[in-house]
Amino acid sequence: MGAQKKGATARVSEDPEELARHPLQAILLADSFTTKFRPITLERPKVLLPLVNIPMINYTLAWLESAGVEEVFVFCCAHSKQVIDYLESSEWSSQPNFSVTTIESHNSISAGDALRLIYERNVIHGDFVLISGDTVSNMSLTQALQEHKDRRKKDANAIMTMVVKQSKPSPITQQSRLGTDELFMAINPVTKQLLYYEDKAEYSKGFISLDKTLIADNPSVILHNDKQDCYIDICSQEVLSLFTDNFDYQHLRRHFVKGLLVDDIMGYKIFTHEIHSSYAARIDNFRSYDTISKDIIQRWTYPFVPDVLCGSSAIKVERQGTYRASDVTLSRSAQFGSFTFIGQGTKIGNDTKISHSVIGERCTIGSNVTIEGSYIWNNVTIEDGCQLRNAIVCDGVILKSGAVLQPGVILSFKVVVGQQFVVPAYSKVSLLQQPTQQDSDEELEYADSTSGTGELRSDKLNGDIAPDLSETASELGTGGVGYIWTVFEGAYDEEWRHSVAPIPTDKLVKLMLDKDEDEELLTQDGNVISASRELKTDSDGNGSEDDGNEDSRDDYVSFEKEVEATFLRAVHENVKVDLAVLEVNALRLSYNMASVDCGGAIFYSMMKLAVESPHNSASELHRNAADIVTTWQKLLKSFLHDIDEEIEVILKFEEMCLESAKEFAALFPQILHLLYDKEILQEDAILRWADEKEGADESDKVFLKRSEKFIQWLREAEEEEDDEDE
Amino acid sequence: MDFQVVVLAGGNSKNLTPLVSKELPKPLLPVANCPVLNYVLHQLEQSNLKDLIVVVEGEDAALLVGAWISGTFIDRLHVEIAAVPEDIGTAGALRAISHHLTAKDILVVSGDLVSDVPPGALAATHRRHDAAVTTMLCSIPVSGPLESGSSGGKDKAKKLGRYNIIGLDPSKQFLLHIATEIEKDARISKRILHAVGQMEMRSDLMDAHMYAFKRSVLQEVLDVKDTFQSLKEDVLPYLVRSQLKSEALLNRTPQGEENSTEKVSSQNNQAFISRILANASTPSFHGIYSENPDGSSSTRKTHKCCVYIASSSSYCVRLNSIQAFMDINRDVTGDADHLLSPNNIIGPSPKLGTKTTVGPNCRLGEGSEMGDKCQVKRSIIGRHCRIGSHVKVVNSVVMNHVTIGDGCIIQGSVICSNVQLQERVELKDCQVGAGFVVTAGSEYKAESLAKKEK
Repeated sequence: MGAQKKGATARVSEDPEELARHPLQAILLADSFTTKFRPITLERPKVLLPLVNIPMINYTLAWLESAGVEEVFVFCCAHSKQVIDYLESSEWSSQPNFSVTTIESHNSISAGDALRLIYERNVIHGDFVLISGDTVSNMSLTQALQEHKDRRKKDANAIMTMVVKQSKPSPITQQSRLGTDELFMAINPVTKQLLYYEDKAEYSKGFISLDKTLIADNPSVILHNDKQDCYIDICSQEVLSLFTDNFDYQHLRRHFVKGLLVDDIMGYKIFTHEIHSSYAARIDNFRSYDTISKDIIQRWTYPFVPDVLCGSSAIKVERQGTYRASDVTLSRSAQFGSFTFIGQGTKIGNDTKISHSVIGERCTIGSNVTIEGSYIWNNVTIEDGCQLRNAIVCDGVILKSGAVLQPGVILSFKVVVGQQFVVPAYSKVSLLQQPTQQDSDEELEYADSTSGTGELRSDKLNGDIAPDLSETASELGTGGVGYIWTVFEGAYDEEWRHSVAPIPTDKLVKLMLDKDEDEELLTQDGNVISASRELKTDSDGNGSEDDGNEDSRDDYVSFEKEVEATFLRAVHENVKVDLAVLEVNALRLSYNMASVDCGGAIFYSMMKLAVESPHNSASELHRNAADIVTTWQKLLKSFLHDIDEEIEVILKFEEMCLESAKEFAALFPQILHLLYDKEILQEDAILRWADEKEGADESDKVFLKRSEKFIQWLREAEEEEDDEDE
Repeated sequence: MDFQVVVLAGGNSKNLTPLVSKELPKPLLPVANCPVLNYVLHQLEQSNLKDLIVVVEGEDAALLVGAWISGTFIDRLHVEIAAVPEDIGTAGALRAISHHLTAKDILVVSGDLVSDVPPGALAATHRRHDAAVTTMLCSIPVSGPLESGSSGGKDKAKKLGRYNIIGLDPSKQFLLHIATEIEKDARISKRILHAVGQMEMRSDLMDAHMYAFKRSVLQEVLDVKDTFQSLKEDVLPYLVRSQLKSEALLNRTPQGEENSTEKVSSQNNQAFISRILANASTPSFHGIYSENPDGSSSTRKTHKCCVYIASSSSYCVRLNSIQAFMDINRDVTGDADHLLSPNNIIGPSPKLGTKTTVGPNCRLGEGSEMGDKCQVKRSIIGRHCRIGSHVKVVNSVVMNHVTIGDGCIIQGSVICSNVQLQERVELKDCQVGAGFVVTAGSEYKAESLAKKEK
């Protein structure tokens, strides 16, 4: 480590052209501004969560130190006090040639805010490494830094170098082994310039659109679906000022990177640096926590492995990747599987089987316990006969005898699971109640607004809620303490994606089958599009037109439903006509409909209401209809401005009589007369409709014939009027 | 080799008026005194592809072409001539002769391709991958002569707007995406990216209009998609698009002769999933899609779309515009003179007057005569031309039986057969149609001169 560091620093200082040499600086964001690690992060910041028994931030800081960084600014927001306290008490505060400075903020809600704050502090003087505190890596920065500097000399607009790594997402789930969503990047293979970046945030279509100028400018562009973004960025100072200039940039990738890529005015460029043999990954969710823990145990991250990082506590590595602290009390009959870590002071009882798991310090594990693929932190008590599969168990948890954790369970700090209780798969259990207001757009880590530490808070809360829970026999069995968080609607299906548990086989099979269907659709879509686009002949243009009609048809149906709902509400809640008009108008605008459609839809709703109100005979139905029309004629009238719209209403009525409300068929002329009487329909409209229908098919003329008398009467009346005029 | 070759020779191309006419269809247009079709046929012969169908648009043109082929290639190639109506497109032409196709694979090549890329190499690539379609890609040629570019100016501008966008897999063997002439942004299917991981988008390659098709696939597509008109714009993109989910093969029996991919025997879910999880390497990205997740007997298939990329040093240009005609004539006498096949007979040396100089990169056909003090530079002069004295011919093509009067200056122009140029005519960047008479002393610049159609 030391040798590496020396090499790196020596190189920086030898750079001949850099007269005013700046120490290499790094910004470490000790807040991910997401809620993916809830409920654990309600009580402890993510960077302090143990990763194979060592807080995550230690991996990051140790790597930065070895990579030749001399000055680190740790930005803390959520639980900032805990982070600062931890750093002050740790070895990092007293390292020679490696200074760790904390920057505290209480109101930052995104990485963008953090960088703007750091810009104001004016502490960054040159190129810096931007990284979040949950990154594990052992890459050497030397080459990437050199590439960055060389590019900067040639082109001052090359302001950022992103580190990427080969990692093909699963063909079925479309997510990487770190549980992150698939990523599409376009990179120029020669210059390594990043040209396009798309993560799942805007996943909607089955296509990627590359700007045509982008292809014209680069004779060769490689589109990658097999790369992983390591979230290690080498940035120039301009990056900070850019965040300040664009005060709406929040997310590093979604806003900043994409913003730069689409903005061709400033011409800033982002480049990529691919690492091949070294390790770099970021803990984004529970699945990556699981994956990276395993990678660490399997020593991919060497030298950042537990036995090297905490050299003092004498952790021994044994065969098959088992790590054991020196003073572990093990029963003779306990069985250890491969790739298991057992921390200091832990006691393990008889016939207990442990495999692929991490067990922290001072835990007490009883007899006949089975632990597979789980992460058990410190001071956990597991009584006899418990079974744990793919779970995360935080500090101070007590599992009473016979408790079972199904795959994917997260038990937050100090939860108690009752005897024989089975915690269902993917449950998240915490002593804290689930925050009730859930904003899906929320980017904010649960900010500790009161300056007290999370530890204190939870104690206090613990005291408050414990009696409650015992009274109600608790959600966690007898003697259990804690709330099982409910999963929000819709998110449930996705829960397995980011869980610590491996993806169940049945999900995979289901996904495969779903995907087949999707593909079929996609292929068909592709055909329609291409047929109309490529053939350019009229005969084939129809395909897309039909599609267009289909779309507007669907729109209309949902619009009609909305109008109906609005109308019914107006009827039941006695909303004033004026307000109803306003509401319908708002709907019209939002669905981009003409007022013709409104008239039709309102009339439809009125007639439907009439049919649906109780009636025994045709005359009662007529009366119902008359009542409704009388009450709401003003509403209807306000959307019938000209004759065409009135004709539309008649046509709509005809349609209803044929399809949805056949009961009206017999009443057609009467209702028509009613509408005429109420001055909703003018006689011109009715006559025009009659004229139009004259030429139609016999089958279409059913209603015309039925209302022949009425129309006859209308015509005569008109003639009389004419006569009188003369 | 069980390959049948279809040469789409075309007919009266509108792009090439006034160079082509009823008497001189496009396949017979002379390039360095040798019909353009000769270049393709020669290459095919060299690759030992001798079973040919030459498709010509129009009956009259077919007769002319047939007469020429039987005169030139008799006993060397087995050629059938097929006449198809005009303007039915390349796919239409293939559809019309579909019943003549019997071999396992079909090589389709455009008759106006002047290239030194051996068609055999394409055929071999096709066979090696057992592909549904293999297409030849070549570097986009540098268009336009160095000095006189005005006649081609329009074409050039057009060309810049139309380039192909081609997506290749990392090994550069498979064609994953093809789009021509985009006005909009390129749309790339994510599905294929999922399958292949990374795709290289190239805009510096050109589809050279030489394809090898699996016959069954080609016939199926032509049958089912009866609106497809162009191979390049309809059939090929369709095949590329559907390569992971081949509709072309769906309604055939699974045991058919043309199993395009390794047929996978039934597998149960567990084994399949575990294979994916173990990230077992499949022979190619097609493999994973050719398997059936539920283990039932598979009817889904994939087909492979392959590419053969000609090396950047090879010559490959299509004669589809006047500019291209000028370029090719310049190149085959200059840089790419190895293209001139041995049956391009160079007759007894023409008679030259005193002080007449013929520069390098020139061709003079048999029986042509030139007067005194003429200058010929970088030009081609056909057979039996009579050229007077003090004539300058630079960067031009003069076809057969042309009479050029004294003192004419011809630059960057094409003079078709039987044209008569009277004295002191000055032509710059012009095309003179067959049989036209240019009156004495006239000057033309960048014009197209032709007889009125009768």
